[in-house]
Amino acid sequence: MASVSTNEMRSGTKVLVDGEPYSIVENEYRKPGKGQATNTIKIRNLKNGRVLEKTLRSGETWELADIEEVEMQYLYSDGEFWHFMNPATFEQMQAGKTAMEDAAKWLKGEETCKILFFNGLPLSVTPPNFAILTVTETDPGLRGDTSGGGGKPATLETGAVVRVPLFVQQGELVKCDTRTGEYLSRAGK
Amino acid sequence: MPGNASQDLRFGDALWRPSASLETIKARTELYGSVRAFFSRRGVLEVDTPVMSAHATVDRHIESFAVPGGGWLQTSPEFAMKRLLCAGSGPIFQIAPAFRREERGRHHNPEFRLLEWYRPEWDHHLLMEEVEELFHALGIGCGRVFKRMSYREAFLLHAGLDPFTEPVAALRERAMAGAVPMIELGGGEQDRDAWLDLWMSYRVGPQLGLDAPVFLHDFPASQAALARVRDDDPPVAERFELFWKGLELANGFHELSNAGEQRRRFENDQAWREAQRHVVPPLDTHLLAALQSGLPDCAGVALGLDRLLMLRLGLPELSAAISFDSRRA
Repeated sequence: MASVSTNEMRSGTKVLVDGEPYSIVENEYRKPGKGQATNTIKIRNLKNGRVLEKTLRSGETWELADIEEVEMQYLYSDGEFWHFMNPATFEQMQAGKTAMEDAAKWLKGEETCKILFFNGLPLSVTPPNFAILTVTETDPGLRGDTSGGGGKPATLETGAVVRVPLFVQQGELVKCDTRTGEYLSRAGK
Repeated sequence: MPGNASQDLRFGDALWRPSASLETIKARTELYGSVRAFFSRRGVLEVDTPVMSAHATVDRHIESFAVPGGGWLQTSPEFAMKRLLCAGSGPIFQIAPAFRREERGRHHNPEFRLLEWYRPEWDHHLLMEEVEELFHALGIGCGRVFKRMSYREAFLLHAGLDPFTEPVAALRERAMAGAVPMIELGGGEQDRDAWLDLWMSYRVGPQLGLDAPVFLHDFPASQAALARVRDDDPPVAERFELFWKGLELANGFHELSNAGEQRRRFENDQAWREAQRHVVPPLDTHLLAALQSGLPDCAGVALGLDRLLMLRLGLPELSAAISFDSRRA
């Protein structure tokens, strides 16, 4: 099994710690002038996103995690699984709810997503950074009404709920940032 | 933090640029000028010794670069400068490049610059005074008296434990209980100094010199390196370190001059390295021969100039004080 030493761990290196896949967030080297060096390494669990810190003696190693990132096109959902296709090989695969997490609410079809595989199984799905979607339901906002912090909830065609300005109406297209879940602008009819 | 390899490639075209600003590069030259003026006024001779040597340090926690074709890059100019002292040079200083393999981080670069100087007839307390005077001459830590604190006092104050008497098991348990983030040292570490080093790195060091710089002195005898050990109870190494804003800037010794004792320490360190399956460089037989012929009673100190510049200019990391850091060198 390939391993990586503390000196080679960079932000983004994927490692296996206690059998779980992690991504290195930060690697801080400390050394008293005449003493033993250590690395305190911040790692993010690729399954649940939890971040923790571990201290290793410099030069110690972790196993590299078998992680692969593939761009795949979203096809459809059967309610239980979300189906994707590799546009290069036409190979198809399915991802369950855990891997989809919040990604599902931004997808309607044909989007190119980044899928992280751990030991060949889908670990997480990242939708495109921006989504342009139709507002299917929102209260009609009154022109000139700026009360309530200047926003209202809107449900989009994929089921995502975002806060939009009052002037946004049902049936309009809006552009959202899927990383923050925020409305950015109207996207024309 | 260095980025990952693909980032390096993508932004590779920017890596030709210096990691320090042009103002910092000028400030470094000015700093060197002020240092030279300071020692010139005091009659301390500037020397220049080889960077590459047939021998290397065998210190347990310092790794040397081996040069293909024979030789090692120095990790400090200490051995050559001591040989000059033995040859009768009198007080000497040097601004020298030093190289330490695997030392890379926010406050480390594998190549760095040391200001190292030696004072015959002086002990480490007199030398601490001169370090302080140098700082004042450079306009650093101005007008403030530098504190002095023993290693033990610092641990009592900032870690709440006595580094000489606290059982190793307690040092370990208390570190694991939260002083150090999630330690995984692999195998039960039994070495007292290893735990003290962790406490120093994570708890004590970061709290030292937060306002004015602080000298830490009288280290555990087991951390003597090339310093004399004074026969107190417990025995202590006549060694000091200077901390400012939680960062170690200098390390000084009341120098060990006993050739036999020095050889024993070198051989112990070599045996330790052998047992740990670390590289075991050849010990410096020229230094031992020089000590045999007689090193004057003296004190010496090495001060990290890159760190000094970084703190003086308020830079966020060491690479911003170095023209081309190790990613760009």
